[in-house]
Amino acid sequence: MFWSDWAITLTLFTPLLGAIAIALIPSKNEESAKPVALVVSIIGFALSLGILAGYDFGAAGLQYEVNVPWIDAVGARYHIGIDGISLPLFVLSYLLTFLCSVYAYHHIEDPGKPKAFLALMLLLQTGMAGTFISFDLILFFIFWELVLVPMYFMIGVWGGPRREYAAVKFFLYTLFGSVFMLVAFLALRFTGNTFDIVVLSELGQSGAFSETFQRLAFLGIFLGFAIKVPMWPFHTWLPDAHTEAPTVGSVLLAGILLKMGTYGFVRIAIPILPEGAIDFAPIIAVLSVIAIIYGALCCLAQTDLKRLIAFSSVGHMGFVMLGIATLTPVGINAAIFGMIAHGVITGMLFFVVGSMKERYHTRDIAEIGGGVLQTMPKMAAVFTFVSIASLGLPGLAGFPGEFGALLSAFQPAAALEAGGLLTFYRVLMVLAAFGTVLTAGYFLYMLQRINMGSAPKRWLDAGLADISVIEWGTWLPLLAMTLLLGVLPFLVWGITTPDVNAIMSFFTGA
Amino acid sequence: MDLDPKVIDWVSLTPELIMLVTTFVVLLTEPFLPRNKVWIVNPISVVGVLAALGAVIGLAVDGTVRHSFGNMFVVDNYALLFKGFFLAAGALILLLSWRYFQEIRTYQGEYYFLLMSSYVGMLLMPSARDLVMVFIALEIVSVPGFVMAGLRKFDLKSNEGALKFFLFGVLSVAVLLFGASILYGFTGTTDLVGLAAGLEGLGGEPLVLASLMLVIVGFGFKISAVPFHFWAPDTYEGAPLPVTAFLSVLSKAAGMAGLLQVCFIAFEPLADVWAPILAVIAVLTMSLGNLTALQQTNVVRLLAYSSVSTGGFILVPFGIVQTGNAELNATAFSAVVVYLLVYSVMNIGAFSVVTAVARTRPGKKISDFAGLGHTNPGLAVPLTLFLVALTGIPPLVGWYAKFVVLLAVAQPLNAIGIVLAAAIVVNSVIGAFYYLRLARTMWMDAPAEGAAPIRVGAPLWVAIGGLAVAAVVLGLLPQAFAGFADVSTLVAAGS
Repeated sequence: MFWSDWAITLTLFTPLLGAIAIALIPSKNEESAKPVALVVSIIGFALSLGILAGYDFGAAGLQYEVNVPWIDAVGARYHIGIDGISLPLFVLSYLLTFLCSVYAYHHIEDPGKPKAFLALMLLLQTGMAGTFISFDLILFFIFWELVLVPMYFMIGVWGGPRREYAAVKFFLYTLFGSVFMLVAFLALRFTGNTFDIVVLSELGQSGAFSETFQRLAFLGIFLGFAIKVPMWPFHTWLPDAHTEAPTVGSVLLAGILLKMGTYGFVRIAIPILPEGAIDFAPIIAVLSVIAIIYGALCCLAQTDLKRLIAFSSVGHMGFVMLGIATLTPVGINAAIFGMIAHGVITGMLFFVVGSMKERYHTRDIAEIGGGVLQTMPKMAAVFTFVSIASLGLPGLAGFPGEFGALLSAFQPAAALEAGGLLTFYRVLMVLAAFGTVLTAGYFLYMLQRINMGSAPKRWLDAGLADISVIEWGTWLPLLAMTLLLGVLPFLVWGITTPDVNAIMSFFTGA
Repeated sequence: MDLDPKVIDWVSLTPELIMLVTTFVVLLTEPFLPRNKVWIVNPISVVGVLAALGAVIGLAVDGTVRHSFGNMFVVDNYALLFKGFFLAAGALILLLSWRYFQEIRTYQGEYYFLLMSSYVGMLLMPSARDLVMVFIALEIVSVPGFVMAGLRKFDLKSNEGALKFFLFGVLSVAVLLFGASILYGFTGTTDLVGLAAGLEGLGGEPLVLASLMLVIVGFGFKISAVPFHFWAPDTYEGAPLPVTAFLSVLSKAAGMAGLLQVCFIAFEPLADVWAPILAVIAVLTMSLGNLTALQQTNVVRLLAYSSVSTGGFILVPFGIVQTGNAELNATAFSAVVVYLLVYSVMNIGAFSVVTAVARTRPGKKISDFAGLGHTNPGLAVPLTLFLVALTGIPPLVGWYAKFVVLLAVAQPLNAIGIVLAAAIVVNSVIGAFYYLRLARTMWMDAPAEGAAPIRVGAPLWVAIGGLAVAAVVLGLLPQAFAGFADVSTLVAAGS
C-alpha cells in the first residue's frame, strides 16, 4: 500500500522540501515566501489529517509503520510509525505550524526577512514532527537536535532586546542535556543490542536490564528530557527563551517543543527503564509539585506580560510531569491531555500577547495599564477566555489534564504504593491542588491588571486596532479546540487509551 | 611475513611517484615563467594531485595488498583511504592557495614546491609500517612546513610562528628518534609488527616504558596535543592562511595517522600502559583547547584552538584501547579515522570561508564577520553549516563523528570510558558556545559601516560549495562511512 508506507515520510519531509524551496527564492521576491510557506504548511496539515483519518482508533501499537535499514554500521534504522500517543502531538504540530504561517501574513518581528524566517519555521516543523514518530533512538536523537538550530536563529535574530543571551542559553542548556541523553542511548545500545524503541521496551519490561543499569541510564535520559520540559530546577532557560522569542517562536516553543521532553518520558524513559522509573518517580513528583507552586509564585511577581505567560508554562508542565510520575494509565492519559491542552491554550496565549505587544510596543503590564476592554474589546474577550481556560476552568481544555493528574496522584502505581509512597503522593496531590488555586489567582490578577480598569489616555488616543481578519483566522481554530477538548475530552483519550494501557501494562500488571 | 627488502613493487608507489614528478615540474617550471604567469604552477599542481588521486583510486579498485621494501611500505585499504583523503584535501588547499598567493605576488613557485613535497610525505605516512619509515614520512611532511609557515617574511608574526614551529618540530623529532632508538635496542627491529612481538612481556621494563612515552610525546608535538601545543596558535596565526589550513588539518592528520599505526600495531601489547595516559592527554587537550578558544577574538586563532581541541576528541578513542581486545580496538580505531576525516574536512571548509573574507578584510577579527549573513549569505550559509557541523549537531556530518566516538567510549563502560564520555559532553557544550558566537556575529550583528565588499573567486567557490554539500549529504547518509570498517583490519594484522 503506497499510502500506508509513505504517509508519514511524505508528511514529515513536506515542510523540509518547502524550506528548501523557500531558501531558493531570490531575495528580491522575498515576500513570495509567505504564500509558499502557507501552501506547504496547508499540504502538511492536510496530509497529517489524512493520517488521522486513516488511523484505526481501536487498535494499540504502531500504524503506518516503516522499518528499513539506515546506518548499518551502527545498527540505526529508519523506523517510523505512529500510535495513539504520537498521533495527537503529531497532528498538533502541523496545525500550529499552519496557523503560524497564516499569522506570518499579519506580522513578522524585526528585521522582517520572511524568507529566512519561514524557511527556519518549516525546518523546525520537520524536526518537531520527526521526534514524535521516530521509533529508533538515533533517529529520535537526530530530529531532537534538528530543532535546536532553527529555534536558536529564530530567537537570536527575530527576538526581543535580550535575544542573543536567550538564544545561547536555550541552545547550550538543551545541548548539554541531549548529549547526556545520547550517552544513555548508547549504553542502551550496548546492553540491549539495538536502537529500536519497540524492541528495547519489550526487553525493559521483561527485566533484561539490571536495576543499577536502569538507574544510571534513566539518570542520563532524565537530564535530557527534564531540561527540555523544563522541570524545576532546569527551567531557567525557558522564561528567557519564551520572553525574547518572536511570537511564532514562542507559540511553537510552548506548543510543541516543550512536549518533546514529556513525550520522551512517556515514549522512551518509562517503557524501556520501568524500574528506573519507579526509583525516579518520587523525585519527579516532588520536582513537579515544586514547579507548580514555584511557577505560580513567579507568575504573581512578574511585571512583564510575556514572561508571566512563560512562567505559567513551568507550572502547567509541572502538572503534566506529576501525571507521568504516578506511573498509572490515568496519569499518563492526563499528561498527554495536558500536553495537547497546553499546546493549544498557551500557544494561543502567546499569540494574543504577541499581538498586544505589537500594538502597545511594550510587554510591561504597568505600562499597558489596564483597560484593554475599552481599547480593544474583542482582544480582551479572547484574552479572558484563553486565560480562564489556562487556569483550568471545567468545561474548557485546561481542566481535564489538570484534574486527571491530581486524580492519578491520589492512587499512584501499585509498585509505588508498595514502596510506602501512598501518603507521600497524596500530600503532593494536596500541594498541587493548592497550586491550582495560586494559578487561578495569578491569572485573575493578570486579567485585572490588563483588561479591567480604565485605559490610560494615551492608549485611548492611540487608536489601537482590534483583532484583524488574519488574526481571527489564526485563532479561531485554537479557540474552538479549547472549547471542544474541554467538553469532549474523550476526543484525545479515545485515541490515547489503548496505547497508554499497552505501555503501562508493566505497572498495572495487566 | 619476511619479504625481501630489495623487492620494489613499483605499482604500489605510483601515487608517490606522480607527486614527486609534480614537485619537480613545479620547481623547474617556475623560473622560466614570466612574472605574471607564475600562477600557472597552481593548476599544474592540481593536475598532479588529481593524477595521484586517480592512481590511488586505481590501486583501490585493484584491491590487492601490496608491499615494497619488505614490510616497510604497505598499500592496503587503510593506507589508500588516507592517501585518498590527503589528496582530496590537498586539492582543496590548492584551491585556497590560488588567489591568496597570486595576490601576495611572491614565492609562488617555492610555495607550491614546498607544499607538493609535504604531500609526498603525507602519501608515504599511512603506508609506513616501520619506525624509520614513519620518521622519514613525518620529516618530509614537517620540514617544508617550517619554511611555508614563514613565507610572509615581511610579517613579524609569521617569523615568530615559523621559528617556534621549527624549534618545537626539531625537538619533537629528536625526542621521537631517541625513544625509537631505545626500542630498537630492546627488540632488535624497527618493523612495527616485529616491535609488537618484541614488546610482548616487556611491560615491566622501565626503560621500555620511558621510550614508549618519548615516542608518544614526539607525536604529541606534531598533533599539538596539550601540553605540547604551545607552538600551534602562534604558528597558525602567523602563517599564510592556506598554510594554516594545511598545518592545522593535513599535517596534523598525517601525524595522527602515524600515531595510529604506531599505537595500534607496534605498541598494542603495552596498551594498558599508554591508553590511560593518552586518555588524560585527550581530556586535557579537549578542555584546554576549548577554554582558550573561548577567549579568542581573532578568527584564525579561534580556529587554531578549536583544532587543538579537535585533536583531543580524536585522541579519545586511544584512551579505551585494551591489549588483546581486538573487537574493542577495532571500534576505537575506526572511530579515530571517522572523526579525523570528518573534522578535517569541516575545518578546511571553515578555513576556506575565512580565506575568502580575509582577501579584503585582512584583520581576521571575529567582528569582520558581523552581518555577513545579510551582506554575503552565499558565504555565511556555508560557514554556518561548517560551524554547526563542528559543533556536532545533526543532521550535519559532525554529529556522526561525535556519535562514533561516544559509541566507542560507551562500549567498555568502565571508569575511563565514563570519564571520557563526560569530558566529551562538557566539551561539546563549550565548543558550541564559541562556534555559535561566530555564527551569531554573522547573523545577528549589524554589518560594519563601509566594510570592504568580499570577492571570493571561482576556486574558493568550488571548495566552499563542495564541502557544504558534503556536510549535509554525509550527515544524512553516514552509511557512506561504513566502508571504514574494513580499514580496522590493520588492528587485527598487528595483534
